[in-house]
Amino acid sequence: MNQHFLNPIPAGMSRRHFVKHMAGASAMFGSALSFGHSMRVHADELRKNRKSAIMLWMSGGPSTIDLWDLKPGAPTGGPFQQISTSGDVQICEHLPLMAKQMHNMAIVRSMSTREADHNRGRYYMHTGYVPNPNIEHPGYGSVIAHELFEQRPELAIPPFVSIGGASTGPGFLGMAWAPFNVSSNGRIRDLEMDMENTRLMQRMQALNLMETSFIKSSKGSVALDHQAVLKKTLDLMTSDQMAAFKVDKEPQEVKDRYGTNGFGQGCLLARRLVEAGVPFVEVDLGGWDNHQNIHTTLSGQKLPQMDQAMSALVEDLEQRGLLQDTAIIWMGEFGRTPRINADSGRDHWARSWSAVVGGAGMKGGIAVGETNNDGTEVVTEPFSSEDLMASVCKALGISLEVTYTSKNNRPMKIAAGGKVINELFS
Amino acid sequence: MRCAFLARYSPVAADAVRAFLCSSCLAVAWGAGLSVSAADAELPPQIAIIDDLIDQDWKDFEVRPAPDLDDTQWCRRVFLDIVGRIPTYEELAEFARDRATDKKAKLVERLLYSDTYTEEYARNWSTIWTNILIGRSGGTEDRSLTNRDGMQKYLRDSFATNKSYNRMAYELITASGSTKPGSENFNGAVNFLVNKVNDEDGVLATSATSKIFLGLQVQCTQCHNHPFNKWKQQTFWEFNAFFRQTVALRRFISGTNDIDHAELTDQDFAGQAGDPDDAVIFYELRNGLTKSAYPVFMGDEPIDPRGLVSDVNRRKELAKFVMDSEYLDKMIVNRMWGHFLGYGFTKPMDDLGPHNPASHPELLETLGREFRDHSYDLKQLITWITLSRPYQLSCTITAYNKVDDPSVGEPPKFSHFYLRQMQAEDLYQSLVVAGDAKVRGSYEQQEAERRRWLGQFVVAFGTDEGDEATTFNGSIPQALMMFNGDLIKRATNTDAESLIGKLARSDAKVPEKVTRLYLTGLARRPTRDELTLASKLLTARNGNTTEALQDLWWAILNSNEFILQH
Repeated sequence: MNQHFLNPIPAGMSRRHFVKHMAGASAMFGSALSFGHSMRVHADELRKNRKSAIMLWMSGGPSTIDLWDLKPGAPTGGPFQQISTSGDVQICEHLPLMAKQMHNMAIVRSMSTREADHNRGRYYMHTGYVPNPNIEHPGYGSVIAHELFEQRPELAIPPFVSIGGASTGPGFLGMAWAPFNVSSNGRIRDLEMDMENTRLMQRMQALNLMETSFIKSSKGSVALDHQAVLKKTLDLMTSDQMAAFKVDKEPQEVKDRYGTNGFGQGCLLARRLVEAGVPFVEVDLGGWDNHQNIHTTLSGQKLPQMDQAMSALVEDLEQRGLLQDTAIIWMGEFGRTPRINADSGRDHWARSWSAVVGGAGMKGGIAVGETNNDGTEVVTEPFSSEDLMASVCKALGISLEVTYTSKNNRPMKIAAGGKVINELFS
Repeated sequence: MRCAFLARYSPVAADAVRAFLCSSCLAVAWGAGLSVSAADAELPPQIAIIDDLIDQDWKDFEVRPAPDLDDTQWCRRVFLDIVGRIPTYEELAEFARDRATDKKAKLVERLLYSDTYTEEYARNWSTIWTNILIGRSGGTEDRSLTNRDGMQKYLRDSFATNKSYNRMAYELITASGSTKPGSENFNGAVNFLVNKVNDEDGVLATSATSKIFLGLQVQCTQCHNHPFNKWKQQTFWEFNAFFRQTVALRRFISGTNDIDHAELTDQDFAGQAGDPDDAVIFYELRNGLTKSAYPVFMGDEPIDPRGLVSDVNRRKELAKFVMDSEYLDKMIVNRMWGHFLGYGFTKPMDDLGPHNPASHPELLETLGREFRDHSYDLKQLITWITLSRPYQLSCTITAYNKVDDPSVGEPPKFSHFYLRQMQAEDLYQSLVVAGDAKVRGSYEQQEAERRRWLGQFVVAFGTDEGDEATTFNGSIPQALMMFNGDLIKRATNTDAESLIGKLARSDAKVPEKVTRLYLTGLARRPTRDELTLASKLLTARNGNTTEALQDLWWAILNSNEFILQH
């Protein structure tokens, strides 16, 4: 990692030095710091599981009937034609670069869900659970980060980074597992501290005293969460791993290959973060809520942008040997109505749509499941958010027997008890 | 001077306070523990109604309320909730000096009715309502027709004059005029609907109006009948038909193609069958069949189906129905209760549908009725809630109330105050006003600066409904801002006119200065350990009081005790 890329700590000060200084500050104050140092030293445990996941979140509900499961000739088909790919599937003519990468990816064409409202669909696809006012379920990112983080104690970057979008929160896992939101240029606001380290640590000491006594007075979990977040924040401010966010440092031709727009640079940033060991990265591409003029919007804007960035990501990961350890999930809240409406748009549709997955050992070049001739029904075994998540967990080496206990003491199975999509692993 | 309260604190702190109070000519103690009795004859009877019904629930569920919150901390709580910022040191001191048994009622009255606070009251509630009506990002997106300044101006004027709530609702639903302050025909109220009527036949206007004012979540029924919702798809489109005369027109800067502002207006509507005497609308069922709908309010009598505005103004007809609906009353009472107590009687707070029963149905109904009977006067409602028993309780969780935990899905019993984070807007205002993080420039410049700062926490989801989330949620970006951000730098700066600068220069002794910082930030005195730590900090800074106070103030601002409303 290039030291000179970043300077969250003053010149000449390495992370280890910094920690030493903290110890000095602590000694002067006569008590141990209970947050601030995160040097978990069991190096032999490192690198057990280097797997990661990148979710490409298509906010708004992409029209998968126009991308991955075309129905040319059907009244619902729309104007786009199919093209052949490097895998055993055909996709939309406006995805020519992805066509060369499809041997790495699988299309699940039999997604069938029930939530066709943006908020509900976003929640369900991110958690595997339908919204329930009485419980907040953790999202994909928080769950996977939580499961894989233990095995990479050297990681100071938050284990769940969300690029260009809000993702879904950590639910009952607590704010320490919240998505770390950054914009696609990787710039992190307020990361720099312009203060001598000893003094900062003395400030932290004063803060720690207040935090601890507040928590002791039985104020509940909100107060505890805050302390955990402060610790992670200090970790991050003092780590040279943050260089991974400097997407600007990539060669121009690499930036160009991904596309010099938000989503392109976000995908490039995702690759850098995965390289640095971040277990879960979500990259957001909005603008899929095409109730009007859908096909001109898709062919003119959305598809070229997505095609360039997504294909660059798959190709780049493969060339770097990272694809075998990195799961890619492409999906939105739902699909769009096969019927084209009076405004030349398509509306929300959850009953039959497609998601795309690949990497981390999942089988590429295939389509799993089928819809009927006009795309209005799934005609093979339908798959759900839970099933997709279970499959990704399996690919990442996370046991499906993992069970959390929610705040109200209910057992919650990881991936909500979904079943693995076997075709992806045969 | 020997006061009972001083004995409650460590000798060091007590001495410090005494010395400091003397030097400030404050003769009287803080936190004297006098609480308002609900039996007080002068208090509005609605307070007793609340107390009785809440108490009944405590008995039924065998919980015992937490002890009352210390008066000084209660002062901080009520400032944050009514004017959106923590009190200044002087304001705390004034409250502490008051020995009257009705000091809390007097403070609430002052915050609501004194000229001193009119502007801050209006600013706070217009901020809250701007977020409710157009979201945190409303008016900031490309191509948005909404003018955020116009929305805020309308709301500020409304709250400054204490416009009745039903009047406001009526105006927001029926407004026509232009969006931008200073433009011809300006009517800021139009900004609620101006960006919600043109696209998709006004479905956003439909779902926002029903959700915000009536607590009816109908967005799912747009496309299909919903299994858990009494509303059917037909009901949605009948409600939607009220908005179909309404259009937002773009007004251009003369001679250019640049939009200057928008104008919301009602136009003659011939219906989708082209007959203005029978202005019908059509919608599609999921199976592709088409059905027709006319304006009908939630299964009530159909209105005149004609579409000419001179015959029928559909939005005005809708507003009349809304005015008569008991959901109007319940929704605002639930919203205000949720604002002050942290949880509404339903969760989500703005879903009052029959599938979502309230935790205290009788209280919700009674308060709604009382509010209607008292002319929808928001200031009276605020008085009832802030002086009620549950609002006086501390956050302390005891063996007798620990089952009362709404965060795990239990219906709230309000037997202790629920900790919650300040809103980003509250933090900003607290640091600017109480923390002396001065912003310079005109009102507009200050507002622009505030908006820029707030904007950093908003993340949009990129859907047509303008959904958004905030990263001011206790996660790392917020912590980084609190550690290193410009606002914190300003709040902790040591200029001559700053909080720290002035305090460092004052004649008071160091422990007094420390005490004053704790009171300003946390509305409490430092503990003995905290005073000890402060003196160590001073040593570490080689006796530089300014720097030591700066370190301490930074730590106070970053503590959970500061950021949490408790």
